[in-house]
Amino acid sequence: MSILGTRVVRTEDPLFLTRGAVYTDDLTDERLTGALHATFVRSNVAHGTVTSVDASAAREAPGVVAVYTAEDLGDLQPVPPPLPFLDPGFARPWLVPVGGRVHFVGDLVAVVLTEERYQGEDAAEQVVVDIDPLPAVVTTKAAATDETVLFPEVGTNKVAAFGEPAPEDFFADCEVVVRREIVNQRVAAAPLETRAASAAWGEDGRVTIWCTNQGAQQAKGQIAGWLGLDPSLVHLITPDVGGGFGAKIGADQEYAFVAWLAQQSGRPVRWTESRSENMTGMLQGRAQDQVVTIGGTRDGKVTAYSLEVTQDCGAYPRIGTVLPTLTMLMAAAVYDIPKVHAQATCYTTNGTSIGAYRGAGRPEATAAVERAMDLFAAEIGMDPAEVRRINFIPAFTEPVQTSSGATYDSGDYEAALDRVLDAAGYAELRAEQARRRERGDVRQLGIGISAYVEITGADSGHGTAENAQLEVHPDGTATVLTGTSPHGQGHATTWAMLASEQLGIPVEKITVLHGDTDRIPDGGGTMGSRSLQQGGAAVHQAAVELVEVARKRAAELLEANPDDLEVDLANAGLSVKGTPGTGVTWAQLAADEQLIVQTTFTANAPTFPFGAHVAVVETDVESGKAVVTRLVTVDDAGTIINPLLAEGQRHGGIAQGVGQALLEEILYDEDGNPQTSTFADYPFVSATELPSFELVEMATPTPMNPLGAKGIGEAGTIGSTPAVQSAVVDSVAHLGVRHVDMPATSMRVWRAIQDAQKGSTN
Amino acid sequence: MQVSMTVNGQQRTDEVEPRTLLAHHLRDNLGLTATNIGCDSTSCGACTVIVDGLTVKSCTVLALQAEGSEVTTLEGLSTDGELHPVQAAFRSEHGLQCGFCTSGMVMAAVGVLADNPNPTDREVREGIEGNLCRCTGYHNIVRAVLKAAESGPAAGQVPSAKQEVTA
Amino acid sequence: MIPAPFDYVRVSTVDEAVAALAEHGEDAKILAGGHSLLPIMKLRLAVPSVLIDISGVEELSYVRVEGDEVAIGATTRHHELEKSEVAQAEVPLLPHVASRVGDPQVRHKGTLGGTVAHCDPASDLPTALLALGATVVVQGPSGRRSIPITEFFLGFFETAMEEGELVVELRVPRTGAGGWAYEKFTRRENDWPIVAAAAVHLPDGSTGVALANMGGVVLKATAVEAALAEGKSIEEAAELATEGTSPSSDMHADAEYRSHLARLLTKRALKVAAGETEASTAESTAA
Repeated sequence: MSILGTRVVRTEDPLFLTRGAVYTDDLTDERLTGALHATFVRSNVAHGTVTSVDASAAREAPGVVAVYTAEDLGDLQPVPPPLPFLDPGFARPWLVPVGGRVHFVGDLVAVVLTEERYQGEDAAEQVVVDIDPLPAVVTTKAAATDETVLFPEVGTNKVAAFGEPAPEDFFADCEVVVRREIVNQRVAAAPLETRAASAAWGEDGRVTIWCTNQGAQQAKGQIAGWLGLDPSLVHLITPDVGGGFGAKIGADQEYAFVAWLAQQSGRPVRWTESRSENMTGMLQGRAQDQVVTIGGTRDGKVTAYSLEVTQDCGAYPRIGTVLPTLTMLMAAAVYDIPKVHAQATCYTTNGTSIGAYRGAGRPEATAAVERAMDLFAAEIGMDPAEVRRINFIPAFTEPVQTSSGATYDSGDYEAALDRVLDAAGYAELRAEQARRRERGDVRQLGIGISAYVEITGADSGHGTAENAQLEVHPDGTATVLTGTSPHGQGHATTWAMLASEQLGIPVEKITVLHGDTDRIPDGGGTMGSRSLQQGGAAVHQAAVELVEVARKRAAELLEANPDDLEVDLANAGLSVKGTPGTGVTWAQLAADEQLIVQTTFTANAPTFPFGAHVAVVETDVESGKAVVTRLVTVDDAGTIINPLLAEGQRHGGIAQGVGQALLEEILYDEDGNPQTSTFADYPFVSATELPSFELVEMATPTPMNPLGAKGIGEAGTIGSTPAVQSAVVDSVAHLGVRHVDMPATSMRVWRAIQDAQKGSTN
Repeated sequence: MQVSMTVNGQQRTDEVEPRTLLAHHLRDNLGLTATNIGCDSTSCGACTVIVDGLTVKSCTVLALQAEGSEVTTLEGLSTDGELHPVQAAFRSEHGLQCGFCTSGMVMAAVGVLADNPNPTDREVREGIEGNLCRCTGYHNIVRAVLKAAESGPAAGQVPSAKQEVTA
Repeated sequence: MIPAPFDYVRVSTVDEAVAALAEHGEDAKILAGGHSLLPIMKLRLAVPSVLIDISGVEELSYVRVEGDEVAIGATTRHHELEKSEVAQAEVPLLPHVASRVGDPQVRHKGTLGGTVAHCDPASDLPTALLALGATVVVQGPSGRRSIPITEFFLGFFETAMEEGELVVELRVPRTGAGGWAYEKFTRRENDWPIVAAAAVHLPDGSTGVALANMGGVVLKATAVEAALAEGKSIEEAAELATEGTSPSSDMHADAEYRSHLARLLTKRALKVAAGETEASTAESTAA
């Protein structure tokens, strides 16, 4: 029986559970002996001109070795914006100089190096920074007016625009048209491990940088570029990483800064940010204002759909700027809508920069169209499941192109919906809902349905390719080198399974290494749910190729015809067909000559996992508080290699979706001061807000890689967010409510009920 | 100032500042880095350890407040290489992904089971309300705690001649 | 992230604590559980120069019946109060509210005296104590004195304690089998309350009602209490819950919503206390 598809517990865990994983702040590498601690001084004003930075008192503080302001940066050039089409005026200085502008609370003004960790905060407090405030631009609405231009050299707050407005007559032939402004709010990625980096220069003139990141190779290239270093001088290592969720894609400027500080000071330097710093300094997610317009016939056929996106890029536009293009690509989602239009405009504001966050542009697309479908269903008085059925792209096993320009690989959206409704007991839920409405219960039931499809394995800077190296050692163990960058996904276990499947070497004897640019110079990291379908496929391919290399060697050794040899899994080697146990092991074949394969797997195209979720909430209509009581999901990601780990990915994604739908939001006051910069203020979803989830199986393989696997990491979030939002609205729909924006807090729900009862438009 | 405590069964006396947090004392002075710091508002619980039989957030305890105490961290939970029932259950149920919250979560789970050896799903969730996890959605963590409970009272105890985790 | 530097003194008796406070003056703070004080010190919102650790003062850790009152020592931890059989039998509102403070780890450290001295307008136990009509016993250079709780919480993080005093005991009436309820409204289970209402039937036949987070201090709902005393119905009385309150608008809730919650939670708490309905839980019938 193949090991693939079985629930293998993780090889990572024995260490993680006893000694603990080794994250960047845990490192005790001898190269970091005597390291100084870096503490940044950050702006506490969102928008303003720096009038003075006085480090004199700080320089005298206990343990201070040096304080750097913008005057002390020597030849360092501001970091150009990361995307080629962005105006160079959006470059970010290393430290904002006197006369320069800070662009968000958290912007860097100075940095202190101290002998000990605790001294850093004391000294940083002594750096006196004076900033003349300027009007803060907190919303994209305000940004769009250009009344306060944030980057004068650019001349406008508009960063980018994609697509054109819809033609005037786009909905002309629709019997029913519904238009709604909705919000996909700014959220924090909030991995439990904050950002951290350490750097040490060697006598050989090379720098070793350790940092918590989702792709060592990409980060190395960026840091080398920013510092003007030949890449060969940079050795970047990602130790164990405590979560990323997209926010640790690409290097952050602080990581490069640490390397530069180590060079300047002649000592290793370590940096770990506090959570408060993280909640302003780390890339955040979503932040789209959307206008959805949906039109069709009274009997449920949608004939036109339009999505207008206004993307908040935050300060110093980064990868968040292009995420709307993914939103636009996936606008049609699972539906066969003849006319789909999408358009996006991106603005800079005085908030934290926006980047990728679990789904990165795709949850926004699904949330929008699912809301639109529900609004359309409510308008024509049809059951939301029924409306979806009428409009699904019919089941397909060959690629189909959608009206928003994506080419999906395989899918059966109606089957996914059928399965989840069946598992949820949809009819009985509606009956219970009706009973409670009849009785006028205080606790009303809401049922939310979502159907989704998402793009995984898209080119995130590394094409659709990944490499792997596989070596079997003379002692019978094996080592895999992968270009992926796991941070909880369990690649060490799964890649070992893939190698084990071909070779018969037990998983415990297979070591998987990643994230060391000296050992693995090329790699695409882990993001966009690409790892299994590209990185895993590469490991599988390497194993297959290694078998062939071994076969030739074995044939010589055994003086046999290579075609007469077969893989002998039980004995981890090759034997003559029909005579297992009499051949030669991989270990033996590695005795005199390395038995090693390096390979690159290139997927034909991205893949499109899909699914359907049902969320059930109970809402206290007197207080507005909604509680999720059930979350039933179908998440079809093709062939599942390790169901235990795949389920874990679904669970985590679902939870983050509930968090966005019900609780989480990054807020600023009108001066751009963050209101949610600690975990006490930012309502990070905890165990008591979630039920246990009900996962339903469905696996439609993809033709895009030999494993038949699609990506799973982000799908859960994409499906659950709209399902939960929809459930909350549904729970009070009988009171006249048609929409509640996310997060659907109790106050928002209560107010929606009040407004609806008073007859206000909702 | 000097502080003496027993950590994972070993007597220690060290020099600390009054403001040295127990979490930093364990990590930086004693090299016990399994205990992690995930926030600065006493919210996330990644720093949870057991002091004199009770789970506490070590980021909000001064090292000096643990004078004379018995402290157990994740590193002290297994005996002679054998996993504690909670550790074993976290593995079998896949109750961890990136692992950063895990040290605190496991210690908090031991505390939950000390207080309530046979919790319901809801009681487990309330018991870990002070521990945040971004990766797992808590589903498998709850399963792990319930699974650990099946192994009996040992799931709520820490290995030490004297130390029984009290409610 | 970490506190500014300070000096640390450990005491083992109340007299030593009073002496230490006198010696170090107004920049000294008492450290008991530390779970109100250390979080704000870590964010450097409080920068005392000396901490006087009283957690080892054994004589302040007790829960006992004294006449028609229950006396609780100031260093009694929340989880000890939660588990106290004496408290459960004699004044069940209090151990229940103790079980709702924060999370288990916080409850293992936080103390009753500490939370009272901290005087946060959104805190659970002070709200319950206010509803109970408790007495705060403090000790200082001039000896012990008792302060009715209605005169103890003066303002935003400001108590009636004089310089050099510390809380040593809380005294509450023995409510026995009298009805009680604590309706705590939060976003997440372990959050600070957006609004909370405590209601308890007191031995003298009156009903004590208090609110959390409806102003700069925890507040007694005196209008509600008076209406009930006059024989008004629960519904009518609860409508008066917002009298004398000044709810703030913040990111969690605006003043209008808070006021609505105050009335709603007061009504619910009174009904539960009266045995008319079951206590609402944060979630539904999901197991």
